[in-house]
Amino acid sequence: MKRGESRTGVIAGVGESDIGKLPEMSGLALNAQAAERALRDAGLTFADVDGLLTAYTLTEPYFMLGTVMAEYLGLKPRYCASVSAGGASPGIMLRHALEAVASGACEVVLICAGENRATGLGRDAAVSALSVVGHPAHESPYGVLIPALYALVAQRYMHEWGVTREALAAVSVSARANAAMHPNAHMRTPIAMRDVLDAKPVADPLGLLDCCLISDAAGAIVVTRADRARRAGRPPVWVAGLGEAHTHEHLVAAPSLTSFGSAESGRRAYEQAGIGPGDVDFAWLYDCFSIVPLIEAEELGLAPRGQAGELFLSGASRFDGRLPINTDGGLLSHAQAGAGGGIFGFVEAVRQLRGECGPRQVRRHGVALVHNEGGVMSSHVTAILAADGAL
Amino acid sequence: MNESLGLPFQSPDARPFWEGAAQKRLRLQRCTGCGRARFPAAWLCPHCHASGGEWFDARPQGRVHSWTIVRRAANPAWRERVPYVLAIVDMADGVRMMGNVLGADALEVAIGDPVEVCFEERGALRVPQFRKVAA
Repeated sequence: MKRGESRTGVIAGVGESDIGKLPEMSGLALNAQAAERALRDAGLTFADVDGLLTAYTLTEPYFMLGTVMAEYLGLKPRYCASVSAGGASPGIMLRHALEAVASGACEVVLICAGENRATGLGRDAAVSALSVVGHPAHESPYGVLIPALYALVAQRYMHEWGVTREALAAVSVSARANAAMHPNAHMRTPIAMRDVLDAKPVADPLGLLDCCLISDAAGAIVVTRADRARRAGRPPVWVAGLGEAHTHEHLVAAPSLTSFGSAESGRRAYEQAGIGPGDVDFAWLYDCFSIVPLIEAEELGLAPRGQAGELFLSGASRFDGRLPINTDGGLLSHAQAGAGGGIFGFVEAVRQLRGECGPRQVRRHGVALVHNEGGVMSSHVTAILAADGAL
Repeated sequence: MNESLGLPFQSPDARPFWEGAAQKRLRLQRCTGCGRARFPAAWLCPHCHASGGEWFDARPQGRVHSWTIVRRAANPAWRERVPYVLAIVDMADGVRMMGNVLGADALEVAIGDPVEVCFEERGALRVPQFRKVAA
Protein backbone atom coordinates (compact mmCIF):
# COMPACT_ATOMS: atom_id res chain seq x y z
CA MET A 1 0.00 0.00 0.00
CA LYS A 2 1.48 3.30 -1.12
CA ARG A 3 0.58 5.72 1.60
CA GLY A 4 2.41 8.07 3.86
CA GLU A 5 3.31 5.60 6.56
CA SER A 6 4.03 8.36 9.04
CA ARG A 7 0.64 9.98 8.47
CA THR A 8 -1.66 6.99 8.25
CA GLY A 9 -3.25 5.12 11.13
CA VAL A 10 -3.33 1.32 11.01
CA ILE A 11 -4.41 -1.48 13.30
CA ALA A 12 -1.27 -2.58 15.12
CA GLY A 13 -2.75 -5.06 17.58
CA VAL A 14 -5.94 -6.71 18.80
CA GLY A 15 -6.94 -8.64 21.88
CA GLU A 16 -9.88 -10.25 23.55
CA SER A 17 -10.52 -11.04 27.19
CA ASP A 18 -11.50 -14.41 28.53
CA ILE A 19 -15.10 -15.02 27.43
CA GLY A 20 -18.08 -16.74 29.02
CA LYS A 21 -19.53 -16.49 32.50
CA LEU A 22 -16.76 -15.01 34.62
CA PRO A 23 -18.16 -13.85 37.96
CA GLU A 24 -14.67 -13.09 39.28
CA MET A 25 -14.11 -10.45 36.58
CA SER A 26 -15.57 -6.92 36.68
CA GLY A 27 -16.49 -5.20 33.44
CA LEU A 28 -13.50 -2.90 33.78
CA ALA A 29 -11.24 -5.89 34.46
CA LEU A 30 -12.38 -7.56 31.24
CA ASN A 31 -11.47 -4.37 29.36
CA ALA A 32 -8.10 -4.22 31.08
CA GLN A 33 -7.36 -7.84 30.19
CA ALA A 34 -8.31 -7.27 26.53
CA ALA A 35 -6.26 -4.06 26.46
CA GLU A 36 -3.18 -5.74 27.92
CA ARG A 37 -3.41 -8.51 25.31
CA ALA A 38 -3.94 -6.07 22.43
CA LEU A 39 -0.95 -3.96 23.47
CA ARG A 40 1.23 -7.04 23.80
CA ASP A 41 0.01 -8.11 20.35
CA ALA A 42 1.08 -4.71 18.99
CA GLY A 43 4.47 -4.86 20.68
CA LEU A 44 3.53 -1.80 22.73
CA THR A 45 2.84 -1.09 26.40
CA PHE A 46 0.38 0.98 28.43
CA ALA A 47 3.12 3.63 28.65
CA ASP A 48 2.88 4.12 24.88
CA VAL A 49 -0.86 4.86 24.95
CA ASP A 50 -1.76 8.55 24.66
CA GLY A 51 -5.28 8.16 23.27
CA LEU A 52 -8.20 6.16 24.68
CA LEU A 53 -11.63 5.47 23.24
CA THR A 54 -14.30 3.36 24.84
CA ALA A 55 -18.06 3.00 24.68
CA TYR A 56 -20.54 2.57 27.56
CA THR A 57 -21.62 -0.02 30.09
CA LEU A 58 -25.00 -1.22 31.32
CA THR A 59 -23.62 -3.34 34.14
CA GLU A 60 -21.56 -0.92 36.22
CA PRO A 61 -22.61 2.53 37.41
CA TYR A 62 -20.06 4.69 35.60
CA PHE A 63 -21.17 7.79 33.75
CA MET A 64 -18.10 9.05 31.84
CA LEU A 65 -16.66 5.72 30.83
CA GLY A 66 -13.75 7.20 28.85
CA THR A 67 -12.09 8.82 31.84
CA VAL A 68 -13.27 6.02 34.15
CA MET A 69 -11.39 3.57 31.96
CA ALA A 70 -8.34 5.84 31.81
CA GLU A 71 -8.30 6.05 35.60
CA TYR A 72 -8.68 2.27 35.97
CA LEU A 73 -5.92 1.55 33.44
CA GLY A 74 -3.61 4.17 34.96
CA LEU A 75 -3.57 6.29 31.81
CA LYS A 76 -3.52 10.06 31.44
CA PRO A 77 -4.38 10.33 27.76
CA ARG A 78 -4.33 13.53 25.73
CA TYR A 79 -7.19 12.21 23.59
CA CYS A 80 -10.13 10.46 25.29
CA ALA A 81 -13.87 9.96 24.77
CA SER A 82 -16.71 7.53 25.17
CA VAL A 83 -18.91 6.69 22.18
CA SER A 84 -22.51 5.59 22.54
CA ALA A 85 -23.78 4.07 19.32
CA GLY A 86 -24.73 0.57 20.44
CA GLY A 87 -23.20 -2.19 18.37
CA ALA A 88 -21.83 0.35 15.90
CA SER A 89 -19.61 1.93 18.56
CA PRO A 90 -16.40 -0.05 17.80
CA GLY A 91 -16.42 0.82 14.10
CA ILE A 92 -17.05 4.46 14.93
CA MET A 93 -14.27 4.43 17.51
CA LEU A 94 -11.93 2.92 14.92
CA ARG A 95 -12.64 5.81 12.56
CA HIS A 96 -12.04 8.38 15.30
CA ALA A 97 -8.79 6.66 16.27
CA LEU A 98 -7.53 6.61 12.68
CA GLU A 99 -8.35 10.29 12.26
CA ALA A 100 -6.76 11.20 15.60
CA VAL A 101 -3.55 9.45 14.62
CA ALA A 102 -3.56 10.89 11.09
CA SER A 103 -4.09 14.43 12.41
CA GLY A 104 -1.32 14.10 14.96
CA ALA A 105 -3.68 14.56 17.91
CA CYS A 106 -2.06 11.50 19.44
CA GLU A 107 0.17 8.58 18.49
CA VAL A 108 -1.22 5.39 20.02
CA VAL A 109 -4.95 4.97 20.55
CA LEU A 110 -6.32 2.14 22.64
CA ILE A 111 -9.92 1.24 21.80
CA CYS A 112 -11.68 -1.05 24.21
CA ALA A 113 -15.26 -2.16 24.73
CA GLY A 114 -17.21 -4.86 26.51
CA GLU A 115 -18.70 -5.62 29.88
CA ASN A 116 -19.69 -8.39 32.29
CA ARG A 117 -23.17 -8.62 30.85
CA ALA A 118 -23.71 -12.29 31.73
CA THR A 119 -22.85 -12.27 35.41
CA GLY A 120 -23.09 -8.54 36.12
CA LEU A 121 -26.64 -8.27 34.88
CA GLY A 122 -28.17 -11.65 34.09
CA ARG A 123 -30.39 -12.52 31.16
CA ASP A 124 -33.71 -11.08 32.29
CA ALA A 125 -32.15 -7.90 33.60
CA ALA A 126 -30.14 -7.54 30.38
CA VAL A 127 -33.23 -7.99 28.21
CA SER A 128 -35.12 -5.58 30.43
CA ALA A 129 -32.33 -2.97 30.48
CA LEU A 130 -32.12 -3.11 26.72
CA SER A 131 -35.79 -2.26 26.29
CA VAL A 132 -34.57 1.34 26.61
CA VAL A 133 -33.65 1.03 22.96
CA GLY A 134 -37.35 1.45 22.25
CA HIS A 135 -38.78 4.96 22.00
CA PRO A 136 -39.65 5.87 25.61
CA ALA A 137 -43.09 7.22 24.75
CA HIS A 138 -44.20 5.43 21.60
CA GLU A 139 -42.51 1.99 21.69
CA SER A 140 -41.40 0.96 25.18
CA PRO A 141 -44.90 1.06 26.75
CA TYR A 142 -45.95 -1.82 24.47
CA GLY A 143 -43.88 -4.62 25.97
CA VAL A 144 -40.97 -4.00 23.64
CA LEU A 145 -37.80 -6.02 23.96
CA ILE A 146 -34.93 -6.01 21.52
CA PRO A 147 -35.71 -9.41 19.98
CA ALA A 148 -39.25 -8.17 19.30
CA LEU A 149 -37.97 -5.06 17.50
CA TYR A 150 -35.71 -7.20 15.32
CA ALA A 151 -38.58 -9.65 14.82
CA LEU A 152 -40.60 -6.77 13.34
CA VAL A 153 -37.73 -6.15 10.94
CA ALA A 154 -37.45 -9.87 10.14
CA GLN A 155 -41.15 -10.34 9.48
CA ARG A 156 -41.36 -7.45 7.02
CA TYR A 157 -38.03 -8.25 5.33
CA MET A 158 -39.04 -11.90 4.87
CA HIS A 159 -42.44 -10.83 3.51
CA GLU A 160 -40.92 -8.39 1.02
CA TRP A 161 -37.97 -10.40 -0.25
CA GLY A 162 -39.11 -14.00 0.20
CA VAL A 163 -36.49 -14.92 2.82
CA THR A 164 -37.30 -18.24 4.50
CA ARG A 165 -37.26 -19.27 8.15
CA GLU A 166 -34.62 -21.86 7.24
CA ALA A 167 -32.33 -19.12 5.92
CA LEU A 168 -32.39 -17.46 9.33
CA ALA A 169 -31.70 -20.75 11.08
CA ALA A 170 -28.78 -21.47 8.75
CA VAL A 171 -27.08 -18.29 9.98
CA SER A 172 -27.10 -19.61 13.54
CA VAL A 173 -25.94 -23.07 12.49
CA SER A 174 -23.04 -21.63 10.50
CA ALA A 175 -22.00 -19.35 13.35
CA ARG A 176 -21.85 -22.27 15.74
CA ALA A 177 -19.91 -24.43 13.29
CA ASN A 178 -17.30 -21.68 12.99
CA ALA A 179 -17.24 -21.08 16.76
CA ALA A 180 -16.44 -24.75 17.29
CA MET A 181 -13.04 -23.98 15.73
CA HIS A 182 -12.37 -20.97 18.00
CA PRO A 183 -10.67 -21.80 21.32
CA ASN A 184 -12.14 -18.76 23.16
CA ALA A 185 -15.72 -18.83 21.81
CA HIS A 186 -18.50 -18.77 24.42
CA MET A 187 -20.61 -21.52 22.78
CA ARG A 188 -18.85 -24.25 20.83
CA THR A 189 -21.24 -27.21 20.86
CA PRO A 190 -22.45 -27.73 17.27
CA ILE A 191 -26.15 -27.22 16.54
CA ALA A 192 -28.31 -28.42 13.67
CA MET A 193 -31.06 -26.60 11.81
CA ARG A 194 -33.65 -28.62 13.74
CA ASP A 195 -32.24 -27.27 17.03
CA VAL A 196 -32.72 -23.70 15.85
CA LEU A 197 -36.23 -24.31 14.51
CA ASP A 198 -37.29 -26.16 17.67
CA ALA A 199 -35.69 -23.76 20.16
CA LYS A 200 -37.97 -21.89 22.54
CA PRO A 201 -39.79 -19.16 20.62
CA VAL A 202 -38.98 -15.60 21.69
CA ALA A 203 -40.72 -13.27 19.22
CA ASP A 204 -41.96 -14.77 15.96
CA PRO A 205 -40.09 -15.65 13.79
CA LEU A 206 -37.13 -15.54 16.17
CA GLY A 207 -36.38 -18.31 18.64
CA LEU A 208 -33.76 -18.52 21.34
CA LEU A 209 -31.02 -19.72 18.97
CA ASP A 210 -31.72 -16.84 16.58
CA CYS A 211 -30.69 -14.45 19.36
CA CYS A 212 -27.15 -13.52 20.29
CA LEU A 213 -25.47 -14.66 23.48
CA ILE A 214 -25.12 -12.65 26.64
CA SER A 215 -21.46 -12.92 27.63
CA ASP A 216 -18.84 -11.54 29.93
CA ALA A 217 -16.34 -10.31 27.36
CA ALA A 218 -14.30 -7.38 26.13
CA GLY A 219 -12.14 -6.67 23.12
CA ALA A 220 -9.46 -4.13 22.32
CA ILE A 221 -7.78 -2.62 19.27
CA VAL A 222 -4.55 -0.63 19.12
CA VAL A 223 -4.27 2.02 16.41
CA THR A 224 -1.05 3.81 15.62
CA ARG A 225 0.87 5.15 12.62
CA ALA A 226 2.03 2.55 10.13
CA ASP A 227 5.70 3.35 10.65
CA ARG A 228 5.36 2.99 14.41
CA ALA A 229 3.51 -0.33 14.06
CA ARG A 230 6.33 -1.62 11.88
CA ARG A 231 8.95 -0.40 14.35
CA ALA A 232 7.18 -2.39 17.06
CA GLY A 233 7.63 -5.44 14.86
CA ARG A 234 4.07 -6.03 13.66
CA PRO A 235 2.81 -6.00 10.08
CA PRO A 236 0.17 -3.24 9.95
CA VAL A 237 -3.41 -4.07 9.03
CA TRP A 238 -4.76 -1.29 6.83
CA VAL A 239 -8.22 0.22 6.99
CA ALA A 240 -8.61 0.80 3.28
CA GLY A 241 -12.16 2.10 3.51
CA LEU A 242 -14.62 3.01 6.21
CA GLY A 243 -18.17 4.23 5.70
CA GLU A 244 -20.95 5.14 8.09
CA ALA A 245 -24.67 5.72 7.70
CA HIS A 246 -27.16 6.65 10.40
CA THR A 247 -30.77 6.68 9.26
CA HIS A 248 -32.91 6.64 12.43
CA GLU A 249 -32.88 5.46 16.01
CA HIS A 250 -36.41 4.21 16.61
CA LEU A 251 -38.22 1.77 14.40
CA VAL A 252 -41.33 4.00 14.14
CA ALA A 253 -39.08 6.60 12.49
CA ALA A 254 -37.08 4.22 10.27
CA PRO A 255 -37.30 5.21 6.61
CA SER A 256 -37.89 1.56 5.71
CA LEU A 257 -37.97 -1.92 7.22
CA THR A 258 -36.69 -3.46 4.01
CA SER A 259 -33.69 -1.35 3.10
CA PHE A 260 -31.27 0.15 5.56
CA GLY A 261 -28.15 2.26 6.02
CA SER A 262 -25.79 -0.65 5.42
CA ALA A 263 -26.13 -0.18 1.65
CA GLU A 264 -24.86 3.39 2.01
CA SER A 265 -22.12 2.66 4.57
CA GLY A 266 -20.94 -0.17 2.33
CA ARG A 267 -20.94 2.00 -0.78
CA ARG A 268 -18.82 4.60 1.01
CA ALA A 269 -16.37 1.99 2.29
CA TYR A 270 -15.98 0.25 -1.10
CA GLU A 271 -15.52 3.59 -2.82
CA GLN A 272 -12.79 4.71 -0.45
CA ALA A 273 -11.03 1.35 -0.73
CA GLY A 274 -11.41 1.32 -4.51
CA ILE A 275 -12.85 -2.18 -4.50
CA GLY A 276 -16.22 -3.89 -4.90
CA PRO A 277 -18.02 -6.71 -3.11
CA GLY A 278 -16.39 -9.26 -5.40
CA ASP A 279 -12.97 -8.37 -3.98
CA VAL A 280 -13.90 -9.31 -0.40
CA ASP A 281 -12.17 -12.52 0.74
CA PHE A 282 -14.12 -12.94 3.98
CA ALA A 283 -16.57 -10.95 6.07
CA TRP A 284 -17.68 -10.33 9.61
CA LEU A 285 -21.31 -9.20 9.72
CA TYR A 286 -22.92 -7.97 12.91
CA ASP A 287 -25.28 -10.76 13.97
CA CYS A 288 -27.22 -9.76 17.07
CA PHE A 289 -30.08 -11.74 15.51
CA SER A 290 -30.01 -14.28 12.69
CA ILE A 291 -31.93 -12.01 10.30
CA VAL A 292 -29.29 -9.28 10.47
CA PRO A 293 -26.36 -10.88 8.58
CA LEU A 294 -28.79 -11.84 5.80
CA ILE A 295 -29.87 -8.22 5.39
CA GLU A 296 -26.30 -6.95 5.68
CA ALA A 297 -24.91 -9.44 3.16
CA GLU A 298 -27.56 -8.33 0.67
CA GLU A 299 -27.18 -4.61 1.34
CA LEU A 300 -23.40 -4.91 1.08
CA GLY A 301 -23.64 -6.63 -2.29
CA LEU A 302 -22.32 -9.99 -1.11
CA ALA A 303 -25.55 -11.67 -2.26
CA PRO A 304 -28.54 -10.66 -4.40
CA ARG A 305 -31.56 -9.29 -2.51
CA GLY A 306 -33.48 -12.07 -0.81
CA GLN A 307 -30.79 -14.66 -1.52
CA ALA A 308 -28.18 -14.31 1.23
CA GLY A 309 -29.63 -17.42 2.87
CA GLU A 310 -27.87 -19.46 0.20
CA LEU A 311 -24.46 -18.35 1.56
CA PHE A 312 -25.33 -19.91 4.91
CA LEU A 313 -27.41 -22.89 3.70
CA SER A 314 -24.71 -23.97 1.24
CA GLY A 315 -21.83 -23.80 3.71
CA ALA A 316 -20.13 -20.97 1.78
CA SER A 317 -20.07 -19.01 5.04
CA ARG A 318 -18.01 -21.64 6.89
CA PHE A 319 -14.35 -20.84 7.53
CA ASP A 320 -13.42 -23.19 4.67
CA GLY A 321 -16.21 -22.02 2.36
CA ARG A 322 -16.36 -19.74 -0.66
CA LEU A 323 -17.10 -16.58 1.35
CA PRO A 324 -16.32 -17.19 5.02
CA ILE A 325 -18.57 -15.14 7.31
CA ASN A 326 -18.13 -14.68 11.05
CA THR A 327 -15.30 -17.17 11.36
CA ASP A 328 -15.13 -16.58 15.13
CA GLY A 329 -18.80 -17.50 15.57
CA GLY A 330 -20.04 -13.92 15.80
CA LEU A 331 -22.39 -12.58 18.45
CA LEU A 332 -24.50 -15.71 18.03
CA SER A 333 -21.76 -18.07 19.26
CA HIS A 334 -18.46 -16.32 20.07
CA ALA A 335 -19.46 -13.44 22.37
CA GLN A 336 -21.90 -10.61 22.85
CA ALA A 337 -21.21 -8.11 25.61
CA GLY A 338 -22.84 -4.82 24.73
CA ALA A 339 -20.65 -2.39 22.87
CA GLY A 340 -18.02 -5.13 22.83
CA GLY A 341 -20.05 -7.15 20.35
CA GLY A 342 -18.82 -5.46 17.21
CA ILE A 343 -15.21 -5.15 18.33
CA PHE A 344 -14.66 -8.89 17.92
CA GLY A 345 -15.26 -8.48 14.19
CA PHE A 346 -12.09 -6.39 14.02
CA VAL A 347 -10.21 -8.76 16.32
CA GLU A 348 -11.06 -11.75 14.14
CA ALA A 349 -10.50 -9.97 10.82
CA VAL A 350 -7.04 -8.78 11.89
CA ARG A 351 -6.04 -12.26 13.02
CA GLN A 352 -7.31 -13.82 9.79
CA LEU A 353 -5.61 -11.15 7.65
CA ARG A 354 -2.33 -11.88 9.44
CA GLY A 355 -2.84 -15.60 8.84
CA GLU A 356 -2.76 -16.53 12.51
CA CYS A 357 -5.95 -18.54 12.83
CA GLY A 358 -4.57 -22.05 12.67
CA PRO A 359 -7.28 -24.65 12.06
CA ARG A 360 -9.94 -22.02 11.25
CA GLN A 361 -7.68 -19.95 8.97
CA VAL A 362 -9.48 -18.85 5.82
CA ARG A 363 -7.72 -19.65 2.54
CA ARG A 364 -7.78 -16.20 0.91
CA HIS A 365 -7.02 -13.53 3.47
CA GLY A 366 -6.04 -10.31 1.76
CA VAL A 367 -9.23 -8.26 2.10
CA ALA A 368 -11.83 -8.39 4.86
CA LEU A 369 -15.15 -6.61 5.30
CA VAL A 370 -16.27 -5.88 8.86
CA HIS A 371 -19.75 -4.51 9.48
CA ASN A 372 -20.99 -3.09 12.79
CA GLU A 373 -24.62 -2.18 13.40
CA GLY A 374 -26.26 -0.42 16.34
CA GLY A 375 -29.76 0.31 17.59
CA VAL A 376 -32.38 -1.40 15.48
CA MET A 377 -30.64 -1.28 12.11
CA SER A 378 -30.05 2.38 13.01
CA SER A 379 -26.30 3.01 12.87
CA HIS A 380 -24.07 1.27 10.36
CA VAL A 381 -20.31 1.16 9.92
CA THR A 382 -18.61 -0.81 7.17
CA ALA A 383 -14.85 -1.19 7.18
CA ILE A 384 -12.63 -2.70 4.51
CA LEU A 385 -9.49 -4.09 6.12
CA ALA A 386 -6.48 -5.16 4.12
CA ALA A 387 -3.41 -7.21 4.92
CA ASP A 388 -0.11 -5.37 4.46
CA GLY A 389 0.56 -5.23 0.73
CA ALA A 390 -2.82 -6.67 -0.30
CA LEU A 391 -4.35 -3.45 -1.65
CA MET B 1 -55.15 -0.12 34.11
CA ASN B 2 -51.80 -1.62 34.86
CA GLU B 3 -49.05 0.93 35.51
CA SER B 4 -46.46 -1.82 35.79
CA LEU B 5 -46.80 -2.41 32.02
CA GLY B 6 -44.87 0.83 31.71
CA LEU B 7 -45.79 4.48 31.55
CA PRO B 8 -44.86 6.47 28.47
CA PHE B 9 -42.23 9.16 28.89
CA GLN B 10 -44.00 12.50 28.84
CA SER B 11 -42.12 14.91 26.60
CA PRO B 12 -43.35 18.50 26.37
CA ASP B 13 -43.09 18.02 22.59
CA ALA B 14 -45.97 15.55 22.72
CA ARG B 15 -48.30 17.18 25.27
CA PRO B 16 -51.21 17.58 22.79
CA PHE B 17 -50.79 13.93 21.78
CA TRP B 18 -51.32 12.77 25.38
CA GLU B 19 -54.08 15.29 26.06
CA GLY B 20 -55.82 13.91 22.99
CA ALA B 21 -55.26 10.31 24.07
CA ALA B 22 -56.83 11.09 27.46
CA GLN B 23 -59.97 12.05 25.50
CA LYS B 24 -59.65 8.96 23.26
CA ARG B 25 -58.63 11.08 20.29
CA LEU B 26 -55.61 10.44 18.10
CA ARG B 27 -53.92 13.79 17.63
CA LEU B 28 -50.87 14.17 15.42
CA GLN B 29 -48.66 17.03 14.41
CA ARG B 30 -48.48 18.35 10.86
CA CYS B 31 -45.84 20.64 9.40
CA THR B 32 -47.15 24.07 8.44
CA GLY B 33 -44.34 24.29 5.88
CA CYS B 34 -44.49 21.06 3.84
CA GLY B 35 -47.79 19.73 5.18
CA ARG B 36 -46.45 16.31 6.16
CA ALA B 37 -47.63 14.67 9.38
CA ARG B 38 -44.83 13.70 11.74
CA PHE B 39 -44.44 11.22 14.56
CA PRO B 40 -43.00 11.32 17.17
CA ALA B 41 -43.75 14.97 17.80
CA ALA B 42 -40.87 17.43 17.51
CA TRP B 43 -40.05 21.12 17.55
CA LEU B 44 -39.17 21.03 13.88
CA CYS B 45 -40.14 19.01 10.82
CA PRO B 46 -37.65 16.20 10.14
CA HIS B 47 -38.56 16.37 6.44
CA CYS B 48 -38.24 20.09 5.59
CA HIS B 49 -36.85 21.36 8.94
CA ALA B 50 -39.44 24.12 9.25
CA SER B 51 -40.07 24.88 12.91
CA GLY B 52 -43.47 24.65 14.52
CA GLY B 53 -46.46 22.65 13.44
CA GLU B 54 -50.18 22.29 13.96
CA TRP B 55 -51.99 19.54 15.80
CA PHE B 56 -54.94 17.86 14.10
CA ASP B 57 -57.33 15.00 14.76
CA ALA B 58 -55.81 12.18 12.76
CA ARG B 59 -57.71 9.34 11.14
CA PRO B 60 -57.48 6.42 13.58
CA GLN B 61 -57.21 3.82 10.80
CA GLY B 62 -54.15 2.05 9.52
CA ARG B 63 -52.73 -1.18 8.12
CA VAL B 64 -50.27 -3.57 9.72
CA HIS B 65 -46.82 -2.96 8.23
CA SER B 66 -45.15 -5.65 10.33
CA TRP B 67 -45.93 -7.70 13.41
CA THR B 68 -44.50 -10.17 15.85
CA ILE B 69 -45.97 -12.38 18.53
CA VAL B 70 -43.92 -11.95 21.69
CA ARG B 71 -43.70 -15.24 23.60
CA ARG B 72 -41.10 -14.43 26.25
CA ALA B 73 -41.32 -11.20 28.19
CA ALA B 74 -38.63 -9.88 30.50
CA ASN B 75 -40.93 -7.99 32.80
CA PRO B 76 -43.41 -9.76 35.13
CA ALA B 77 -46.34 -7.53 34.15
CA TRP B 78 -45.88 -8.37 30.47
CA ARG B 79 -45.29 -12.03 31.27
CA GLU B 80 -48.97 -12.23 32.19
CA ARG B 81 -49.87 -11.06 28.69
CA VAL B 82 -47.76 -13.47 26.62
CA PRO B 83 -48.31 -14.33 23.88
CA TYR B 84 -49.04 -10.78 22.75
CA VAL B 85 -48.86 -9.02 19.40
CA LEU B 86 -46.52 -6.11 18.78
CA ALA B 87 -47.12 -4.34 15.49
CA ILE B 88 -45.96 -1.43 13.39
CA VAL B 89 -48.88 0.24 11.67
CA ASP B 90 -48.95 2.47 8.59
CA MET B 91 -51.46 5.12 9.61
CA ALA B 92 -53.85 6.69 7.13
CA ASP B 93 -52.21 10.10 7.60
CA GLY B 94 -48.79 8.84 6.59
CA VAL B 95 -46.98 8.18 9.86
CA ARG B 96 -45.94 4.85 11.32
CA MET B 97 -46.95 3.92 14.89
CA MET B 98 -46.20 1.00 17.18
CA GLY B 99 -48.65 -0.71 19.47
CA ASN B 100 -50.16 -3.99 20.54
CA VAL B 101 -52.94 -5.52 18.51
CA LEU B 102 -55.59 -6.37 21.09
CA GLY B 103 -58.66 -8.58 20.90
CA ALA B 104 -59.58 -12.24 20.62
CA ASP B 105 -58.40 -12.46 16.99
CA ALA B 106 -55.10 -10.63 17.56
CA LEU B 107 -52.86 -13.69 17.18
CA GLU B 108 -54.12 -14.21 13.62
CA VAL B 109 -52.58 -10.88 12.59
CA ALA B 110 -51.03 -10.55 9.13
CA ILE B 111 -49.19 -7.88 7.17
CA GLY B 112 -51.71 -5.61 5.46
CA ASP B 113 -54.51 -6.21 7.99
CA PRO B 114 -56.66 -3.13 8.54
CA VAL B 115 -56.65 -1.95 12.15
CA GLU B 116 -57.98 0.98 14.09
CA VAL B 117 -56.84 2.78 17.18
CA CYS B 118 -58.38 1.99 20.54
CA PHE B 119 -57.19 3.32 23.89
CA GLU B 120 -55.89 1.43 26.89
CA GLU B 121 -55.79 2.96 30.35
CA ARG B 122 -52.29 3.09 31.78
CA GLY B 123 -52.12 4.73 35.21
CA ALA B 124 -53.70 8.16 34.86
CA LEU B 125 -53.01 8.13 31.12
CA ARG B 126 -54.40 6.43 28.05
CA VAL B 127 -52.09 4.91 25.44
CA PRO B 128 -53.16 4.25 21.86
CA GLN B 129 -53.48 0.57 20.93
CA PHE B 130 -54.91 -1.27 17.91
CA ARG B 131 -57.61 -3.74 17.12
CA LYS B 132 -58.37 -5.50 13.88
CA VAL B 133 -61.32 -4.31 11.82
CA ALA B 134 -63.09 -5.77 8.80
CA ALA B 135 -61.45 -4.86 5.49
